[in-house]
Amino acid sequence: MTMTRKLCGVAGAIVAALAVAGPALAADMIKAPDAAAMATMVNKGDTTWMLTSSLLVLMMSVPGLALFYGGLVRSKNMLSVLMQVFMIVCVTGLLWCCWGYSIAFTSGGDNHFFGGLSKAFLMGVDGTTLAATFSNNVYLPELCFVVFQMTFAMITPALIVGAFAERIKFSSLIVFVVLWSLIVYYPIAHMVWYWAGPDFLPDAPTDYGMMWGWGALDFAGGTVVHINAGIAGLVGCLMIGKRIGFPKEPMPPHSLTMTMIGASLLWVGWFGFNAGSNLEANGVTAVAFMNTMVATCAAAVSWALVEQFHHGKASMLGAASGAVAGLVAITPASGFAAPMTSIVLGFVVSPLCYLFVTKVKSAFGYDDSLDVFGVHCIGGITGALGTAIVAAPSLGGQGYFDYTVFPAAFHPEAYDIVAQLITQAKAVLVTLVWSGVGSAVLFFIIDKTMGLRPSADEELQGLDLSSHGERAYNS
Amino acid sequence: MKLVMAIIKPFKLDDVREALTSLGVAGMTVSEVKGFGRQKGQTEIYRGAEYSTNMVPKIKLEVVCDDGLAPRVVESIQQAANSGAIGDGKIFVLDVGQAVRIRTGETGETAL
Repeated sequence: MTMTRKLCGVAGAIVAALAVAGPALAADMIKAPDAAAMATMVNKGDTTWMLTSSLLVLMMSVPGLALFYGGLVRSKNMLSVLMQVFMIVCVTGLLWCCWGYSIAFTSGGDNHFFGGLSKAFLMGVDGTTLAATFSNNVYLPELCFVVFQMTFAMITPALIVGAFAERIKFSSLIVFVVLWSLIVYYPIAHMVWYWAGPDFLPDAPTDYGMMWGWGALDFAGGTVVHINAGIAGLVGCLMIGKRIGFPKEPMPPHSLTMTMIGASLLWVGWFGFNAGSNLEANGVTAVAFMNTMVATCAAAVSWALVEQFHHGKASMLGAASGAVAGLVAITPASGFAAPMTSIVLGFVVSPLCYLFVTKVKSAFGYDDSLDVFGVHCIGGITGALGTAIVAAPSLGGQGYFDYTVFPAAFHPEAYDIVAQLITQAKAVLVTLVWSGVGSAVLFFIIDKTMGLRPSADEELQGLDLSSHGERAYNS
Repeated sequence: MKLVMAIIKPFKLDDVREALTSLGVAGMTVSEVKGFGRQKGQTEIYRGAEYSTNMVPKIKLEVVCDDGLAPRVVESIQQAANSGAIGDGKIFVLDVGQAVRIRTGETGETAL
């Protein structure tokens, strides 16, 4: 997303051309302009695209993710999953305005782990304030950036619920989400995506989040969203325990039709997620859009082929799972890769996720009910590490810009795949440990105070009736 | 009077209905049921989790007719529902003590 080291195609090229043309021209560019000058730098096309992207990412959660997950549970738990996703979206939206945005996207000074509270309750944020993009002297209305980032803070905790679907107490889940957002999501978002912006970083060269400062590349949220939610899900399903009857009783999905609709809505919405993460509407946006499209196609084909060879039958659930795995894997790489390397990434990710959901899960016996770990965490790690390779300019990748100078400089020859791979691996490890430990502590505390599970009777009756007093299907 | 009860494959229902109406059977009751016999169930696989379902969907057909028609009803069902594969189903014939047409109160074979 968002605060990676990426400048943008068209404006970047213009800046580069000006720099080549002569220092006098470059010096004419407005640096750190006043608010009046900034107002002319806000582009209606960018703003429109970013508001549209925010809608698309909201659609990923509701109804996309809710239906994708809902179709996979038994019919007696359908509404509980829909309600969990729906309420998480609403609660995290409120939290984002109260303190989430401020903790994630204001400067922490010398602390590179989380930001301050200067914009808590959106203090000082209004229709005239601006947020940086990846281009010098190009800005977004700040509220547009706030709402776009809000949709990411909504979907990430919603992803987690799939790991312990059909057996979580609703009130405990909501308390978990409030606390998890605070101690896990906002800090990780800050560490990966916060930076001073292309115009201000040269004057404040250490004003960034920890992993951004390392040079970790995460275009749209491989670490912040998918690895983060995936490991939290694994910890959750281990601490909450298996569903009653797992794995002896059959627990087949109650409607793969819903799952297919949900997966397709996720796919469409993901263009807002990935291409929107460029924060502008330009050439790199188109790159991210294209990469998202083809990596998903490749991963769905790849999963179908694996099933065809392994079982002799390619399944709809497999194709949908492959598509989601491909979307997850291309997320961190979407604005850095080239279309053909994205296809390779898509082909690689499905067999890895397939291995985890079919073999590793049954070998270890954990009940990651809807494969949040197997698809999102494993797919996210594959994408995060793969980004180091596909971003390489020598392979057609976009590389990254040097924002420590004004205007931003581009040195494709300096890109080092091995060094980048090590940086990516460090970012993956920090996310796994931070989210894994943070989630474990929260699950432990909530288990000891409120309890995490409904009673056995309530679980057997189904959470729709026992938690929400209604049935999904009355016929 | 006899009750002829047949368990047949769902896609054979139309053939059986046509065969029986051509015999002059005036009505029947059909239900969607599940069960098992010699036919094995299918294996379903969801992301590697294999479930073998041993209950197979079938159609249960119930026809009440007079004693004279019963053998021909049985024969028609047997021929129309036959696909030659395991799982074609079964036919049972039971004696019926009484029949009443609710609207008129007619009883016995005139109520059929």
